[in-house]
Parts: sequence; structure tokens; C-alpha cells
Amino acid sequence: MTVAADLADERLVRSRGARGALDVVWNRLRGGDLGSLPVVVGLIVICTVFYSLDPRFLSSFSMVNILTYAAPVGIIALGIVLVLLLGEIDLSVGSVSGMAAAIMAVLVVKEGQPAFVGLLAGIAVGAVVGIAYAFLYTVLGIPSFVFSLGGLLGFQGVLLYVLGSDGTINLPDGSGLTEFARFSFVSGAAAYVGVAIVVALYVASRLWTIRQRRAADLSAPSLLGVGLKALALAAGLGWLTWYLGVDRGWSYSFLLFAALVVVMDLALRRTRWGRHVFAVGGNEEAARRSGVKVTRIYVSVFVLTSTLAALGGLLAAGQQTSVSQATGTTDTNLTAIAAAVIGGTSLFGGRGSAYAAMLGIIVLQAIQSGLNIVGVDSSVRFMVTGGVLLLAVAIDSVARRARSASGRG
Amino acid sequence: MELSKSTRAATGTALSLRGVSKRFGAVQALSAIDLDVAKGEVVALVGDNGAGKSTLVKIISGVYQPDDGTMTLDGREVVVGGPRQAQKLGIATVFQDLALCDNLDVVANLFLGRERTAGGLLLDEVHMEQEAWRLLRRLSAKIPSVRIPIAALSGGQRQTVAIARSLVGDPGIVILDEPTAALGVAQTAEVLSLVGRLRETGLGVILVSHNMADVLAVADRIEVLRLGRNAARFDAADVTTEQLVAAITGAGERSAPSTTVPSDSPAGARP
Repeated sequence: MTVAADLADERLVRSRGARGALDVVWNRLRGGDLGSLPVVVGLIVICTVFYSLDPRFLSSFSMVNILTYAAPVGIIALGIVLVLLLGEIDLSVGSVSGMAAAIMAVLVVKEGQPAFVGLLAGIAVGAVVGIAYAFLYTVLGIPSFVFSLGGLLGFQGVLLYVLGSDGTINLPDGSGLTEFARFSFVSGAAAYVGVAIVVALYVASRLWTIRQRRAADLSAPSLLGVGLKALALAAGLGWLTWYLGVDRGWSYSFLLFAALVVVMDLALRRTRWGRHVFAVGGNEEAARRSGVKVTRIYVSVFVLTSTLAALGGLLAAGQQTSVSQATGTTDTNLTAIAAAVIGGTSLFGGRGSAYAAMLGIIVLQAIQSGLNIVGVDSSVRFMVTGGVLLLAVAIDSVARRARSASGRG
Repeated sequence: MELSKSTRAATGTALSLRGVSKRFGAVQALSAIDLDVAKGEVVALVGDNGAGKSTLVKIISGVYQPDDGTMTLDGREVVVGGPRQAQKLGIATVFQDLALCDNLDVVANLFLGRERTAGGLLLDEVHMEQEAWRLLRRLSAKIPSVRIPIAALSGGQRQTVAIARSLVGDPGIVILDEPTAALGVAQTAEVLSLVGRLRETGLGVILVSHNMADVLAVADRIEVLRLGRNAARFDAADVTTEQLVAAITGAGERSAPSTTVPSDSPAGARP
């Protein structure tokens, strides 16, 4: 029997069949490579606890709400994942989201500009903030913690200034943004067709990989494994589509968020840019000496983070149908950062994935929604969120120690 | 370890420096350094701390610009404006601290900054993995899997990956800065035999080292720097550790004023 080129070394522990696959997973976990396991376990615990307190927590209505209202802060958290991958931080994403929303609202409602001008202006504001941050970081060498703390205060000031004395701007009834963010859903046949397309794309990409690797005489994933995963994906998404469809279905907000996550995941794992982001986060000096254009990576990441924050702010404004002095303040910042960390993005740089933002924000949104249904005061919500964040960081730190003990970086 | 020392006929000069000088403020770090490296030759660069080895390596690899002197590559005079340009000219440097990303796997590290893409956008992982195996086999490197993160490798294996990476761009000159520092006995032997294989593929190798045993084991010629000058030049076949140490420390200087031992290398003539 011929052995694939990458499995020829006799020191490699062979892992074949279902038993082998389980062994691989177990060894990864023992080595501190937890991936998204803690979040999934956490989510199951949360669901069990709240379901036993009040069964309405897992109703279709409640689940549609969780996914819909997770989207805006989730998009902001996606940007946070990017800066965390570089080992940097952006504390001002909440303020940037509020400022972008306020500028959009003023342009559209007070100045009477067309909606798309307002939206573009809001997103452009985010991009400009990112460029300014990149300048402060790469040219002046100011730590990201400091300038984004300045941004946190400064842009909240801009929000108050732009809103002026009124304090609150209501978006007009039936405006496109509100319709999209709050009242648009996909269910029924269209949703099932979407699920079928997603599963087909997954299978096609896996089959293509298998063919490529076999042609190159490298080990390839087994067809059975791909088939089982595709089946699980189809069953999971199909069941969710059915269950959410009992109520309103998949919201456009969440689908936008999910699409951004999938595209970002692809960009991070499969493009040169993403590879360089991980390299800079892992060892900046090594990346620079290898010819990675480190400055460009920082600029692109700061711009993407602020732009995603602005986009999240616009979506949040659409869902709340108004922009007020409190938009994007209070807990938006920390919820977004907590979501990225809870989802499994390391605070130490170079480790994490786009899906961390989605898992993390669903956990936090589920906690918030559960506490609301149970009827607990928001003071308790802050305490619980803080506790969960602490737990997530503790898991990250312990896993990091296990990784360095078992040679997984 | 079978090394075909000095039995190989040099097939031409790969790199040659003439009168290279570098000054940092009031410190003359290098004065009028000459250095020649032939294809298929390992030249060891030795000297005490502050002798100017690192400065010279950084000038060759484009990190510093020399104040004076010329650099000739394959018979063409070149000016190396920066590290990227050095890479393009075929000068690869393996730095002492390795410069690998612990969180990336072997393939990602080997091709970092030179990733292959399929269709211009997505990474061509299959091609890169194939190429990685080809490269590692050429060096007879013992890496169990190219899909494990660098953090999981031993010191010798990391050094192997770092050296293999320098070969990705198909260079003519490879500079190894202290490749055996902090390695165990077996790993040092592994890296030294790797250096031998680099020579066999016809590369010019500059080996910077503090370890006389390593230098004598693998180098064809030895260039001694002291206080920023060419202090001595030896053929590795007929020099002892004592002679080397004396040249490095300048111990023999008072009894014998001329410590410069001209070898039979093409660099014998000074301008």
C-alpha cells in the first residue's frame, strides 16, 4: 500500500477510522487546543438553565429575537476579532458605531439627504477613523489601548455634538434601513433553497480539496467524513430553518452578519492577507523579515475594524428605529470585546477565528434574552456578563499554558 | 557525518566584497573588509563579540548600507538597498533568533511573504505543501509533519525549517547567523550536515559562529574579524583551534606582527 507523501514519517501516530478521529480530537483538547468547545458547552448550559426557569426561552419567537438582535454587536465583534488577532485592541468601537449612526440620522432626517448617502457617509466615517488610528499606531507608535481610549471619549462627544439639543432622532416609519434591520425575514421554500445551496457549496469545496490533494499525492479527508459532516450541516440548518420558520424565520440582519462572518473566515484562512494577519499577530518581527508588509496589515485591520463598527452602528440604529445620546455608549464596547473573547479569540494575538464573533455574541445575547424573560434586573445582567467574560479569559489563559506545555504554541 | 571538505572545486565566485566600511557615529564598526565566497563553498565568519560579524552580515543582507566599498554578486557589482532587494538578488539570511511564527504551521512559515495563490486570490495550499515536502526532502530534513505549528518542533527542527525557508526563493548565497547556538549535540550535528548539503547543491554559504568545533567541522575557509578588520584568513583543512583562538583574540600579535595568513583562496590579493 502506498502512503501519502505527508504521512510517510514513521514518528507520525497513525489515526484511522472513527476511533482515530476521536483520538485526534481528544489529544487536541488535552493539549489546550480547545477551539470553540468551551463556548458550545457554555451555550448548552445557558440554554438548559434558562429553559428550566422558563420554557419560553427556547421558543421560536425568542430564538428569532436572539439571532436578530445579536447581529449589530456581532458585526462590531467581528472587527474586534481582527484587532485581537494582531494582539491590539480597539476600545472605541461602540462610540464609532454611535457616531456613524448619528451622522447617518442627521444627514437623512434633518438634512433630507437620500438614505444611501447617509449610509455611505456613516460607513465612510468608520473608515476614516480607522485610517486615523492606523496613522497613530504605525507612524507615531502610540499604543492602541491609549488612542482607542481617546476615541471612546472623543467620538461619544461627536455623537452628542451632532445630535445637538434634540438628543434623539427618530428614523421615519417604513424607512428602508428599519425595514431591512428589523422587519425582513426569510422563511419557507426560499430558506430551504438557501440551506441546500450552502450545503452544496460545502460539499463541492470539500470534494475539490480531496481531488486536489489526491492528485498531489497528499493525504486527503475521507469521503465518509465529508458526507457525515455535510449531513450534520444539512440537518442542523434544516431544523433551524424549520424551527425559526414557525415564527418569522431567518432575519436579514442575521443573514448579513453570517455572510460577513463566512467571508471574513475565508479571507483569514485562505488568502495571503489573512495569513499575514496571523503572522503579524504571532511574531511581528519574523513577519517583517519575511517580507510581509506589516504596515499595510495594520492599516487594513484598523480600517476594517472601524468600518465594521460603523456598519454595526447603522444596523443597530435601524433596529432601534432611532438614534439617541445613548446609542453605542454604555455596554456596546464591552459586549463586542467580550463576545470576541468568549468566542475563543486569544487576547495575546495570533489565535482566533471569525466564527468566534458569532458564537460569542450568541452566548451574550442568549444570556441577556434569558435574564429578560426570567425578569431579572439589568444590574444582574451586567454582573453575569462580567462573570462570563472573566471565565472566558480564564479558560484562554489556562489553555495557553496547556498549549505551551504540549507544544502547540 | 561525511563532508566533502575542500575536495569540491569552486565553480566561480558567488559573492565578493572589497573594502567595505561602516561607521556608526564615533565608532568605526568595519574598516576595509574584504570577503569572497565561491559557489559550493562554506566560509566561516568568526570573531569575538564586537568584531563586526553582525554588522557585516547586515550589510550583505541589506539591513545596513555600507559607507564605502563594493559588493559583487556573480560578477556583477550590486548595491543592496534593503532586505527585500537582497532577497531578490538571491541573498538569503537565516537570523539567529530564527524569525519563525510559532502560531503558524511549517508550510505557512516556509512560504511566509511568498505565498503561492491559485487564481490570484486564494492560497494554493496543496501546491505549497507539495513544494514544502520537496524542499525538506532535498535537505533530508527530519520533520514529521508540515501541518503542525512551529511551536511543536524541537530547536533543531526549527533551525531546519528556517534554513529550508531561506531556500524557497532559490538563492545563490545563504547566510547562517549562529545556526547551532542553543542546540543540543545531536541537533547541532543535524544542522551541520544540513550546511554540508547546502554546499553540495552549489550554494555559497556564509556561516557566522562562535563555536570553533562547528567551524572546523563544516567550513572550507575561515575568515577572522577583529575590531572591524580582516584579522586572518585560514584554510579550514590546515588550521588548529589554538591558531584560530589566537587570531580571534589577537594573542599572537606582539610576538608575530603579521597574523594575516593568506590562504590559497581567490581573496588572497588585497586592493
